Amino acid sequence: MSGNNNEQGGRLTINFRLNEKEYSLEIDPGERLLDLIRNRLGLIGAKEGCGMGECGACTVIMNGQAVNSCIIPAARADGAEILTVEGLSGGMENDLHPLQKIFLEKGAVQCGYCTPGMLLSAKAFLDKNRGREIRREQIKEGISGNLCRCTGYQKIIEAIYCYAREAERAEERKG
Amino acid sequence: MTWENYFMPSTTGEVLALLEQHQGQARLVAGGTDLMVQHRWDPLEVKSLIDIGRVPALKEIREDHGRIYVGAAVTHSQLVDSALIQGKGRVLAEAARSVGSPQVRNVGTVGGNVVNAQPAADTAIALVALDALVHVSSPGKEREIPVAEIFLGPGKSSIDPAKDLVTAFSFSAPDSRERTYFVRFARREALALPLVNLGLWLQLEEDGHALKDIRIAVGPMAVVPYRARKTEASLKGAVLNEEILKKAGHSISEEVTPRDSFRGSAAFKKRLIGVALKRGIERALDLKGVDRHER
Ligand SMILES: Cc1cc2nc3c(=O)[nH]c(=O)nc-3n(C[C@H](O)[C@H](O)[C@H](O)COP(=O)(O)OP(=O)(O)OC[C@H]3O[C@@H](n4cnc5c(N)ncnc54)[C@H](O)[C@@H]3O)c2cc1C
Ligand code: FES
Ligand code: FES
Repeated sequence: MSGNNNEQGGRLTINFRLNEKEYSLEIDPGERLLDLIRNRLGLIGAKEGCGMGECGACTVIMNGQAVNSCIIPAARADGAEILTVEGLSGGMENDLHPLQKIFLEKGAVQCGYCTPGMLLSAKAFLDKNRGREIRREQIKEGISGNLCRCTGYQKIIEAIYCYAREAERAEERKG
Repeated sequence: MTWENYFMPSTTGEVLALLEQHQGQARLVAGGTDLMVQHRWDPLEVKSLIDIGRVPALKEIREDHGRIYVGAAVTHSQLVDSALIQGKGRVLAEAARSVGSPQVRNVGTVGGNVVNAQPAADTAIALVALDALVHVSSPGKEREIPVAEIFLGPGKSSIDPAKDLVTAFSFSAPDSRERTYFVRFARREALALPLVNLGLWLQLEEDGHALKDIRIAVGPMAVVPYRARKTEASLKGAVLNEEILKKAGHSISEEVTPRDSFRGSAAFKKRLIGVALKRGIERALDLKGVDRHER
């Protein structure tokens, strides 16, 4: 069983991997995962929009799945593998993941507030459907937990679709 | 103020021991998609949380002696992806697929959905249609209760999450003459609570035509998930045709007692539920005359 450091409660120590780095931190049992990421680790890609699971601006990938970090207790990060937008490019500083590049090319970013969450939902969706042919309808469902107030979604869907098609073609060339 | 302790036990035995030890001062949390949101507006008065998301036994989906068992901490995404549930609990798979968004489905659980007891909770409606049993463990005690019987009012169930652990839900695996279906109308297809939802289970006579038995669960048509028993009774033994379906639609519109809300007026919901029932039966049985404009 994992949990508090002592029977009286109080702070607890959690161990996790985030963006391929190991962390061991003492946290407050009431902390949210979003607070941990933004305030403790200083990674401000994940945003707080609604703070209640509705907008997806705080989306991160936890153990391979997109989650809203604003409604996840930080304690649950213990033992988890987490990816935030800062880790998307795989640690190459000043470089972007191809999905990020295609978002820029296709005009899928305007104010950018939704973008980190949108990218991570897209990544989780693409990873889950790797090797399958992807239709636009499925992309819509894949990003349906992320609200965007600027783009009207079409360019975001197009960017993800183009990325998926390129990935498919790359697979074909290989195989 | 928030909780001082956060426990992450790994067996049901440990969960029950913690409940006993904390004597009502500790509360269970599964996905937290309801609890964390409620806490933000109306802080919980609780000293400790017991997270049940790491108990493997509560995350299992399995078939045993003709019954399907779904662990209380199974997530909506797990239900959607489960071949067993797609095959033998279609209404439940479809209800789970309609919950919130991918992020909410990845975390939210069937147990939390039922215990939270909203009148139109999607998987709760499906489980009422399946006539599922709730398996509950409390320190020193085990019980099984028909799911429809635990709802006491909006947001109120007879399960006390500071004392009782729902371990699983179970329902009998359908035979070849049984069908299920889920119909839901909402403002948009994601992140919108249902305007109306309807879970359906039906059984055909051996001749394959007449309806032998039917269960219709609907929300939000009363203060709790509601079984439309009058309409069910009127359909038992019926040979289905357009006329009968129309009558059933009227019958259910008369029977239910929805409220006016910002999602829609009571009158509108009454009409919609009639459409939902007709459509549900047609789809469940692959009848002709199905409205092809819907996906
Ligand atoms: C943005 C958003 C959209 C949503 N959309 C929908 C929707 O479309 N349809 C819908 O039906 N719901 C929806 N919900 C509500 C919620 O996601 C579901 O009800 C979910 O299934 C709750 O499960 P949970 O595990 O997160 O519950 P939790 O928040 O962990 O728990 C809910 C309650 O149940 C208790 N509890 C949990 N597990 C157990 C157990 N095993 N035994 C005893 N008590 C227990 C907790 O103490 C708490 O009181 C939405 C929520 C959000 C935030
Ligand atoms: S900030 Fe988390 S979903 Fe909106
Ligand atoms: S780009 Fe502004 S919210 Fe999406």
